[in-house]
Formats: sequence, C-alpha cells, structure tokens
Amino acid sequence: MIVALTFYLFALCAVIGGLFTVISRNPVHSVLWLILAFLSSAGLFVLLGAEFVAMLLIIVYVGAVAVLFLFVVMMLDVDFAELKAGMAQYMPLALLIGVILLMQFGMAVGNWQVSEVAEAQRAAVAPEGVENTAALGLIIYDQYFLLFQLAGLILLVAMIGAIVLTLRHRKDIKRQNVLEQMWRDPKDAMELKDVKPGQGL
Amino acid sequence: MIEFFTTTNLGIFLLIVGQVLLVVVPLLVALAFLMYADRKIWAAVQLRRGPNVVGTFGLLQSFADFLKYIVKEVVYPAGADKVVFLLAPMISLVMALIAWAVIPFNDGWVLADINVAILYVMAVSSLEVYGVIMGGWASNSKYPFLGSLRSAAQMISYEVSLGLIIIGIIISTGSMNFGAIVAAQDGNLGLLNWYFIPHFPMLILFFISALAETNRPPFDLPEAESELVAGYQVEYSSTPFLLFMIGELVAVVLMCALVSLLFFGGWLSPIPGLPDGILWMIAKMLVAFFVFAMVKAITPRYRYDQLMRVGWKVFLPMSLIWVVLVSFLAKFELFGGAYARWAIGG
Repeated sequence: MIVALTFYLFALCAVIGGLFTVISRNPVHSVLWLILAFLSSAGLFVLLGAEFVAMLLIIVYVGAVAVLFLFVVMMLDVDFAELKAGMAQYMPLALLIGVILLMQFGMAVGNWQVSEVAEAQRAAVAPEGVENTAALGLIIYDQYFLLFQLAGLILLVAMIGAIVLTLRHRKDIKRQNVLEQMWRDPKDAMELKDVKPGQGL
Repeated sequence: MIEFFTTTNLGIFLLIVGQVLLVVVPLLVALAFLMYADRKIWAAVQLRRGPNVVGTFGLLQSFADFLKYIVKEVVYPAGADKVVFLLAPMISLVMALIAWAVIPFNDGWVLADINVAILYVMAVSSLEVYGVIMGGWASNSKYPFLGSLRSAAQMISYEVSLGLIIIGIIISTGSMNFGAIVAAQDGNLGLLNWYFIPHFPMLILFFISALAETNRPPFDLPEAESELVAGYQVEYSSTPFLLFMIGELVAVVLMCALVSLLFFGGWLSPIPGLPDGILWMIAKMLVAFFVFAMVKAITPRYRYDQLMRVGWKVFLPMSLIWVVLVSFLAKFELFGGAYARWAIGG
C-alpha cells in the first residue's frame, strides 16, 4: 500500500511539475517546476527498482543540465511576456499539431504487439542475485560495447563541434600564462636594495 | 512490543522516525560545538581568544547565536520573490541533512543501506546548489546574484572531479555501498589496509575538492566578504540565514564523514587487536574537521579564475588519469591486489 501511495505521490508531482513548467509566467519558476518533474521521475525509477538510473537522472539532469537552463534563463534578457503575447495567434495551428500527434500516438500504441519474451523481461530487469548497477554495466560494456563506443564518439564529435564553433582567439586582450608566472625566478624579476636610514638610495 | 514495531505500518513508521531523530538530533547538537570549535581553532591560530563569554570557556556561544537568529525579524528585500526566497534556505538545509540517510556510523548502523549509497550522496550534493542559486536570484539584488552564480559554477566544477575520484574507490571495492567500502579496507594490518595508502593522490584531491564544493576557505569566493560582502546570503536575515549557515556546516561535516569512510576505514580501528566501533568513526571525523578548520585559518583566498583553472585543467585530468590507472591496476591485480578488493568487500 505504501508503495502505491508513493507511486501516486511521485506521479502527481511529476504531472504537476510538467504542467506548471508550461503554464507558469516566470521562466525561472518554469525551470524550478521542471526540476520537480525530474525529481519525481527519479522517484518513479526508484520504485521500479532502477536505483542506478534514478541517481544518474538526478546527477546529470538536475545537477548539471537544469542548472545550465537556470543560468541561461536568469542571464538572458528575454522579454517572455512579449514572446507569449503572440500565443493566441498560433494557437489553432499548435492545437492542430497536438491533436494529430495524439492521434498518431493512439494508433501506434493501439497496434503495439508485445512478445511474451519482452513481457517477461520487463518485470525482471536485472538477473537474480546481480545488482542493478552491475547488470547495467554488463549489458552496456559487454553486450552492446560497440554501440556504446559509437554513442561516445558521436558525443565527442558534438563536443568538438561546439568548441570549434565558439572558439575565437582574441588578440586585443592580455592573457596570463600561469606556468610562466610560476616558473619566474625572483632573482631576475627584482633587485633587493639595502636602504640606510637617513641616506636613501 | 517488538512485533508492533516490525510488522504494523504505524510501528515501522514510528521506528523510522525514531531512527531519523537519532541521527539528526545528535548531529545538530554536535554541530553547535563544531561551530564553536571552528571559531576557537581559527582564533587560536590568529592568537585571539575567540568566543569566551557565554558559558564556561564560551561553550554555549553557538546556542546564544541560535537564539539571537530565531528571535530576529525576517526581512524581505523589495521586489524579492517571496516563495523562492524562503524556499532556498529550506532546500539548502534539507538537502544537507538527507544525505546522512546513507552514512553508516558503525557496522550496519545506517538508516538506509542502499546499493547506490555513494551515488545518492553525489546526487543530493548536486541538489544543494539549488539552494544557493535560488537564494541569490530571489533576493533581487546584484551582489547576491553574482555570489550565487560564482558559487554554483564552483560547486558544479568541483563535483565533477569529486565524482571521478570516488569512481576510483568504487572500482577498487566493486560496490557503491559504504558498508562494503569500509569492509574492503578491513584487514589484519590495521591502518595500513585503508584506502589512503593506495589512493593517496586522490585523498589530497578529494580533500581540496571537498573544500571547494562546500565553499570553505581558501575557496570561499561566493562569500568573499571583502568584495561581495557575503555572497548569495547578503539579503538574508534571522532564521533563513541560520538555515543557510547550518546547511553549509552540515555539508562540511558530511565531507568529513566521507573522507573517513572512503579513505580512512570508517569505524575500523587503526591498530589490529583494538575493537572497531562508532568511536573511531567520530574520532576520524573530528580529525578531518580539525584539518578543515586549520586550512580555513592558514590559507589566503584563491582568485576566481585560478580556482576554475585548477578545477578543470588540473584536478579533472588528474582524476581521469587515476581512474584509468586504477582500472588497470585492479584488473590485473597488481601490487598484491591492493587495488582489487572486491573479494573482501563487494
């Protein structure tokens, strides 16, 4: 009973978080509601017995991605009220797209055929006696090793692309070379004078 | 009676509440004296006397401060986002406290003995940054906002290297459970079996990262009282401010607990033959806290760009190399299996 209660609590929080992410007027509040949605989904993962995925969701999405969202939303000078003013104009089109998507989802899920093997595997994610994390590791690093490496390669390419796009060398500013500063010898840089009182240099 | 507490829902609930209180209340009381110790050590290094008026030797100073905070008026800055403004310190404190759910104090003395305990601590400490960002933003003021941005960037940067350092320990142990990690450091050599010998470089990195993660000096740039007056908490007064302070200090004590669990064998006794127990754990945490306090007293503050440079260009590559190195050492069980201890612990 407690599990069911917790499930409904997390599910409700996730839905409310998602809803308010969309409808709240203040963009920073939107991001905060989004974080609530993330946290609740992590709770749902824990209830499913996937604690590793849950923790990863929090560390990656809440701890890093959402913080970046928050930074961007706080720092960008975007007038969100003005952006939302044109909403009524696009409403019919948006509704149309939404309804079509919903219908497509309905058709796809309605015709979904689940094999018995998949049905059986769904309940037992990890083999008996193996920890969730270890089971995940075995699958990713042994069974799907090549795909995992390829995914990593794609991310690497994306990272290099982002760096190349934003990298520019500015000649007009003075840069510090920390190593040079550290290796500087005091003997070359300054001279000590013994100043006698009343005489000066 | 025992049946009531182990079978009925209400009984289990009461039992859990009791256990939580058993962890939180001593922690908060200890915190009052740790705060006092922190100030005393700092004062002693600077040849001052420190708090010495309230109670014998000033022992009750923290309680006097506590009373002073809670009876003052809560001031809201004009234009502040009131809900977020009040939510921020609460998040800060709650996140610092719930991490203790997985910290064991003795063999099996833990609230939640979960498989992914270390990841849980990392997840919770990554949430702590929200208290800071929300507090800075909701104050609707320039200095707190700058302070919170600094603090958030700093905490995120050092979390990455903290995570990688911990991965080395996880590889050596083959488990993310604190009980297993401490068990893996058990052996008949006493303190020579602990992880601080095979993982010594990471101990130093972990300690420095922990200082940066908890915004302690020499990395207290978010506070930087000489430039930012007090960072993200400038506009806070009374109880919300107290919550921020407690949250910060709880995070520091948590880092002490992590250092002693991950590198110094938790509740294991350093000398073979002496019994293990919670007293060793507390003693190790106190020593770690003393070092934290000494670092605060004797080091000058870093510049912000230096801090970021050290985090991303020095600590991150070093801990990454260490992960690869430890993987090899553990895989081939070199150095007498010092890096591969899953047979004992995991």
